[in-house]
Amino acid sequence: MKVAIVGIGIHPFGRTPGVSGRQQGAQAARAAMADAGVSWSDVQFAFGGSHSAGDADSLVADLGLTGVPFINVYNGCGTGGSALIAGRSAILSGQHDLGIVIGFDKHPPGAFNTDPASLGLGEWYGETGLMLTTQFFAMKIQRYMRLHGISVRTLAAVAAKAFRNGARNPNAWRRDPLDIDAVAASKMVNDPLTQFMFCSPGEGAVALVLSRADQAHRYTETPVLVEAAEFRSRRFGSFEVFSPWLSPESAPGPTVEAARATFEAAGIAPDDIDVAQIQDTESGAEIMHMAETGLCKDGEQEELIRRGATEIGGSMPINTDGGCLANGEPIGASGLRQIYENVLQLRGTAGERQVPGDPRVAFSHVYGAPGISACTVLTR
Amino acid sequence: MPDAARVERLVDESLFVPDAAQPTLRGAACDQCGTTTFPYQESCPRCGGTSMPSVPLPRAGTLWSFTVQNFEPKPPYRGPEQFEPYGVGYVDLGPVVVEARLSENDVEQLSLDLPVELVLVPAFVDDDGTQVVTFAFAPAVTS
Repeated sequence: MKVAIVGIGIHPFGRTPGVSGRQQGAQAARAAMADAGVSWSDVQFAFGGSHSAGDADSLVADLGLTGVPFINVYNGCGTGGSALIAGRSAILSGQHDLGIVIGFDKHPPGAFNTDPASLGLGEWYGETGLMLTTQFFAMKIQRYMRLHGISVRTLAAVAAKAFRNGARNPNAWRRDPLDIDAVAASKMVNDPLTQFMFCSPGEGAVALVLSRADQAHRYTETPVLVEAAEFRSRRFGSFEVFSPWLSPESAPGPTVEAARATFEAAGIAPDDIDVAQIQDTESGAEIMHMAETGLCKDGEQEELIRRGATEIGGSMPINTDGGCLANGEPIGASGLRQIYENVLQLRGTAGERQVPGDPRVAFSHVYGAPGISACTVLTR
Repeated sequence: MPDAARVERLVDESLFVPDAAQPTLRGAACDQCGTTTFPYQESCPRCGGTSMPSVPLPRAGTLWSFTVQNFEPKPPYRGPEQFEPYGVGYVDLGPVVVEARLSENDVEQLSLDLPVELVLVPAFVDDDGTQVVTFAFAPAVTS
């Protein structure tokens, strides 16, 4: 038995003043149900979450009080991926035939600020200016660039591609192309990363209707199969955000294990992937995650990106919807945005940004604090 | 450098070895597996051991990675009245790699494997005028 995605819905990403995160979630859910041709009373289960826009299960007040079991997911950047894994398991177990997963969020402008005490860190860590996610990303890529020969121009090229793809995506936040020189010349935030190499906290929502694959034809002519979905947390020795110290005994991050487990479970190799959405919290993250997920080897990114391999028309299209850089980061919604984009690409309905050559296998990857990763392989 | 005429305090005394001749960071070393942590913690994140004697950490090491904080962070950050960009890095001390402020904020002066040594730098001023200092690493002075 397999699980199919039979309906997808999105509320545009970016800033929507006057519309709450919950309302965006409800709109995405209605759109996904319309896409599948089902109504809320047909939905047998729901998993959903947001990081800072309210409890997902309260959406029953908007969508209908049908008694549906609606379970909240609160897993940081892994929220969408976790909801999908839970929904898939609910069907694979035989418990249910049809259900929905929903992710939404709405964050105020500016960098996330986190209370050190919530992570077991002393006040000194925040007071002396170390409690910033942006520093972690900067120091991870700083070291990686020197060890693996990645240039600043390649960092800028990743962001320029994101904005170019975002310009072709009607649901993206940033739709103005920005060239490599403009990205590189923008305000320095944390060396070597400039303003336009970072994504910004934002808003948005995505919902997916899932069904047993053998019943998918009831809802759609173009079911997309969830071949594998795996989640991992960090091991001792991996380099993660908000670490006052590291062990000299280093270990690969959770992305490496989650990606490997996903490919193994799907029986598919990284070489077989036709399109991929991978976590691009900043442009260095996309570069490092290319290697951590197994899509290439450490150091190959410089040449791959220079010759356009990661462009929509390239051999390894990555973040075809503009990624987090062009869509922003509503934490609860980003993971499902990647799935939404991969479904469009596999259906062949991604419009101006459709990957040519009839893609059949798609990969997605999220990474977040405090060291978690979730990956999926979809096929049709 | 801190003004000697003013009253000073460490940002958090538990980070430092008490009564050391020179400022020294205080870590914990697991009796079972040897893992060294900073700051001190009561149990070992690697093996779960609960015997973690406190140990002085080396005062010199090499730069493992670095960046410069160019924008003023939101609270809980407390800085000087006039924000100045500051360096941040990870320093390989041997048994442990420690995250710290860097005294240098010119990225051109920083590089991987740069020898560095522990210093105290001003962090912020308390309401009563007490100068609060924290640990940082500075490029080592070659003698």
